[in-house]
Amino acid sequence: MKLNALVIASALTVVTGWAQAQAVDPLQVRSWASACASCHGTHGVAQAGNESLAGANKDDMLKKLLDFKSGKKPATIMHQLSKGYSDEQLAALATYFSALKK
Amino acid sequence: MMKRRQFVQTVGTAGSLGALGLMSGCASTGSGKGPKVVVIGGGYGGATAAKYVRMWSDYGIDVTLVEPNSTFISCPISNLVLGGSKTMADITTPYDNLVKRHGVRLVQDMVTRIDSDKRMVMLAKGGELPYDRLIVSPGVDFMWENLPGMAKDGAKDKVLHSWKAGAQTVALRKQLEAMPDGGVYALSIPLAPYRCPPGPYERACQVASYFTKAKPKSKVLILDANDDVTSKGPLFKKAWADRYAGMVEYRPKHKAVDVDAATNTLKFEFNDDVKATVLNVIPEMRAGDIAVKTGMATANKRWCEIDFLTHESIAVKNVHVLGDSIQIAPAMPKSGHMANQHGKTCAAAVVALLTGKQPNQLPIYNNTCYSFVSEEDVVHVSSVHRYDAEKKTMLTVAGSGGVSSAANELEGRYAMAWARNIWADTLA
Repeated sequence: MKLNALVIASALTVVTGWAQAQAVDPLQVRSWASACASCHGTHGVAQAGNESLAGANKDDMLKKLLDFKSGKKPATIMHQLSKGYSDEQLAALATYFSALKK
Repeated sequence: MMKRRQFVQTVGTAGSLGALGLMSGCASTGSGKGPKVVVIGGGYGGATAAKYVRMWSDYGIDVTLVEPNSTFISCPISNLVLGGSKTMADITTPYDNLVKRHGVRLVQDMVTRIDSDKRMVMLAKGGELPYDRLIVSPGVDFMWENLPGMAKDGAKDKVLHSWKAGAQTVALRKQLEAMPDGGVYALSIPLAPYRCPPGPYERACQVASYFTKAKPKSKVLILDANDDVTSKGPLFKKAWADRYAGMVEYRPKHKAVDVDAATNTLKFEFNDDVKATVLNVIPEMRAGDIAVKTGMATANKRWCEIDFLTHESIAVKNVHVLGDSIQIAPAMPKSGHMANQHGKTCAAAVVALLTGKQPNQLPIYNNTCYSFVSEEDVVHVSSVHRYDAEKKTMLTVAGSGGVSSAANELEGRYAMAWARNIWADTLA
């Protein structure tokens, strides 16, 4: 268990580190993120029934997305959609949404 | 919403938008001096594009939305009105917020002609609107010429399509309510591609759900021009077998070629005539008339080919097409969700082009589509689409997307949450 947590933590560091190191075009990430808005609300502020993404903790959100992608976290739909993105793209999205106002 | 001070700062640093002059905030429709975008059609594609061009230009680009209807009526969820578990009010949203919150200028009218040389659109009620960039999102129009009997007087009032939510949704519900128990409701489905691939099969479920409660001796007959169910096939077939056994009958390879509305009879290319108590015919369709008339329907004279980076028409410069009117990329459905995604992709590109920036070179977006197989239980299909620079089209990302393992009530709740969210993202 401890080992698992450690592995995830270092994986997250690698991914976030990568996202920070790359010059991610903010307008490109904004466009990618707007695709999430259909279900999670404009600027990540959702209507009733779906989760808001704005202002979420960056590391928590990225862990969740990576767990959806690996199949570790069950879902109705996000396990399918998360597989459409690279880990780096998911990290850029988590960084983007975490910076938005709740 | 943006405060005046923020706006002044944004405009001051936004390159070519800096020359626009000051505006009184986001409720303003602009000074009239900024770049002008006209949007034709206030559905999922056009309304989203109008809102996002305003937002992403920091309210510096003037946007005029031309839409003939006074309110937005959603096609998604409209099958539940036919089933009786939702009302028209549930699927209707006003356009007020686009105007009040985002300063979109709303013109309730139809565009009769686009002059792409003068960059001008002509309105049915008179007058014209100039544009720097035009966004055309007219949805679909029907190929009535392939069903000659539908040209007869009164035929279109009797044999309904109900494939554009609104008056025909209400009228078909009335026909179903008036149908005696023991009657046959027949639904004719055109060859793909058509708007909303799973929609007809969901409709069959919703009508069967209503019949189960109100007219249990009645029958739902699906007459599909396609070789098989075009979307979520195993899930729909399971619903018909488990939930509506003996009531729903599915017949593939039934291509309708004519309708006799007087006798409610369907004629087919290869099969015997079918007569129904309530006949619901979804005709073949193509890009909205205004797109066809303007010469943008370059694919089989039906659909508009575009550059998927910007949604600009390959045939007409400075005119962008989105939603159901486009020649779709492989495995891309014609859906409201997809049109909403097109709206944002197009809006970002239009803002970039009008401010001298390069549009995003790697669009990535998704489709999520829920279908109700009963009043509560839902199945979905999802996909992720990414731009392929070599093939110059959107391709689904290998390993992504999929369908529900089985119909379930949890996704029924998510489906309604999806509706609330996409309506707000499109219109609020």
